[in-house]
Amino acid sequence: MTISIDPQKTNNESLQPKGWLRYFSFSLDHKVIGIQYLVCGFLFYLIGGTLASAIRIELASPMSDFMPRDVYNQVLTLHGTIMIFLWIVPVVNGAFGNYLIPFYVGARDMAFPRLNAVAFWLIPPSGLMLVASYFVEGAAQAGWTAYPPLSITTPQSGQIIWILSVLLLGGSSIFGGINFIATIIKLRRPGLKLMQLPMYCWAMLGTSLLVVLSTPVLAGTLILLSFDIIANTGFFNPVLGGNVVVYQHLFWFYSHPAVYIMVLPAFGLVSEILPVHARKPLFGYTTMVFSIMGIVVLGLVVWAHHMFTSGTPPWMRLFFTIATAFIAVPTGIKFFNWVATLWGGKISINSAMLFSCGFIINFVFGGITGVALAQVPFDIHVHDTYFVVAHFHYIVYGGTVFIIFSSIYHWFPKVTGKMLNEKLGILHFIITFIGFNLCFAPQHWLGLNGMPRRVAEYDPQFQFVNQISSLGALLMAISTIPFLINVFLSVRNGKDAGDNPWNALTPEWLTSSPPPVENWEGEAPLVEEPYGYGKEISEQK
Amino acid sequence: MTTLDSSKEIQKNNSEVNETHEDFRMFGLITFLIADGMTFAGFFAAYLTYKAVNPLPDGAIYELELPIPTLNTILLLVSSATFHKAGKALLKDKNSDSQKWLFFTAFLGIIFLICQLYEYFHLPFGLTDNLFASTFYALTGFHGLHVTLGTLMILIIAWQSRINGGRLTSQNMFPLEAVELYWHFVDGIWVILFIILYLL
Repeated sequence: MTISIDPQKTNNESLQPKGWLRYFSFSLDHKVIGIQYLVCGFLFYLIGGTLASAIRIELASPMSDFMPRDVYNQVLTLHGTIMIFLWIVPVVNGAFGNYLIPFYVGARDMAFPRLNAVAFWLIPPSGLMLVASYFVEGAAQAGWTAYPPLSITTPQSGQIIWILSVLLLGGSSIFGGINFIATIIKLRRPGLKLMQLPMYCWAMLGTSLLVVLSTPVLAGTLILLSFDIIANTGFFNPVLGGNVVVYQHLFWFYSHPAVYIMVLPAFGLVSEILPVHARKPLFGYTTMVFSIMGIVVLGLVVWAHHMFTSGTPPWMRLFFTIATAFIAVPTGIKFFNWVATLWGGKISINSAMLFSCGFIINFVFGGITGVALAQVPFDIHVHDTYFVVAHFHYIVYGGTVFIIFSSIYHWFPKVTGKMLNEKLGILHFIITFIGFNLCFAPQHWLGLNGMPRRVAEYDPQFQFVNQISSLGALLMAISTIPFLINVFLSVRNGKDAGDNPWNALTPEWLTSSPPPVENWEGEAPLVEEPYGYGKEISEQK
Repeated sequence: MTTLDSSKEIQKNNSEVNETHEDFRMFGLITFLIADGMTFAGFFAAYLTYKAVNPLPDGAIYELELPIPTLNTILLLVSSATFHKAGKALLKDKNSDSQKWLFFTAFLGIIFLICQLYEYFHLPFGLTDNLFASTFYALTGFHGLHVTLGTLMILIIAWQSRINGGRLTSQNMFPLEAVELYWHFVDGIWVILFIILYLL
């Protein structure tokens, strides 16, 4: 059966608001929804960043003097939840995915535009709920993991709002995942083969598979947890015969893949950005595709490496250590492919390229500590210390957030038709890179020396290193300023970008900037070689 | 920069020529059902783990009677068949037959829910009595929610298959096919649930 698109129906955009107002409407245009995701996510990033600064101010001294201890716990809970569920996941999946995937598959919109808009509009209300949960009596303070019995025994009203909010965000994520899978598999332009798709499509396909397979398990788990809180059942309450480790298994069955949900799209985005600015084809396309799929499969069977200190039996420790170590293989392949893409290329040093290179450096460091953490004897010593905090932030901030910024510098000309200021962009990169490494590199040392995470107070011997870390956090906070100035100035007075300022070959650059409502005037172009850089020249020779 | 109007003009010309695509609504639904199935898989895994590692305290009551759930299993399996009949009737343009089969299917679904409630009220344990009781109610309750939604959807498509002005016809089978797939899915989950919860 085929569906013919009724022009009367598709053209009802004329009834919708124009200009900036459409960003506040229930728009079905994938480009509008992408920007909605990005801006909404960025606002929550500012909130989460403010909370992070509060944490670092508190940790500048060993005593809890900036805020009381329970407030500290609430702040770190809210910081983690906001950053993961409202900034990284929606932006790296929802924002760039919605904006780019229809271009890459040669479509005029996503497969299910209405579902797409619903998925976005679930985010602002649940985000506001999450922020509001801080202000009720007894805000959530069990961390973003919400481990019972802590989440059951601490004051509960905030925890319940927290659960509802995360459930809604999970629903939004699942709807998005279904949409991406259908778009990539089913909505490809005739003649476009799977192995010709830009790498970001593959990354989003893998990510969406993980979303669809693992997020529902988190939803079920949180429903059980809310039963424990509201209805006094004992699923995770040992006093009533329950089992806290079951919660950990179910939670990490989602939340380990969630790390890949956060980082795989970044892998895809960096694979789009590097070839353009190095003027070379992406190295090892096929191995990239297989390593993404390898990460997806392995990513589903490594979750218990978060639980080596939860009384896991030896066979489980053995299995999950080995499975986790295996993930280093596909990840390493990707890493070497990016380096090989840069090798001998005609590299332009601009903000997008710098942030991508920053990503490669930070990510390989976070990856190495990740392999170290998978080893049981090591993990037992540093479990729940600052070493874990450092590792995690090297992956999600040094990895994904760097790529989010890189992508903003790369695609801003396409979205707005204006160039960003390069000087401010490079300044942004330098402050972010120094600040980030100053903030998180010393935390490895803190963790190895036994400073526990999620505690407002610490041994005075750690004070100096903590102050270095706080100084780094200050730099990271400052780094947002040149970025915001840059965006606001460039939207108003930026240099005109033209349709294809980077001379890129991927399909989104073959239309005007900003693109028209249905992406292309006329038929969608067939891009068989999205990375064919340098070929024209060699053919001319 | 292109104006919205000119692009729309071109789009309109295009759409008359070649803007058709395959119907992938079913594909989306299947993806959703896989996700939904994973929720159940999580519940089942939790239940089986509890069964394996968390012995119930002495004196805990966890006996289940088999007759009602067996009847419920038969009800759901029959309802899957009647739903299939409804689809076949609609394909032959026998809308009123189709509607009858749909109402009958919904009726079976309602009987299922009544039986389930009857079982709830006559069980010797409540939600918070012990871990088994909690998982029992959570699993069957979550499934019952699915049956409730399914029954409502069947009633809606039964209304849509009315002869005058209904949008469900042999040319537009999708609503029926979608609900049918969902209903088979819910039945399949029940069979697994029945085996794990009552028989194991």
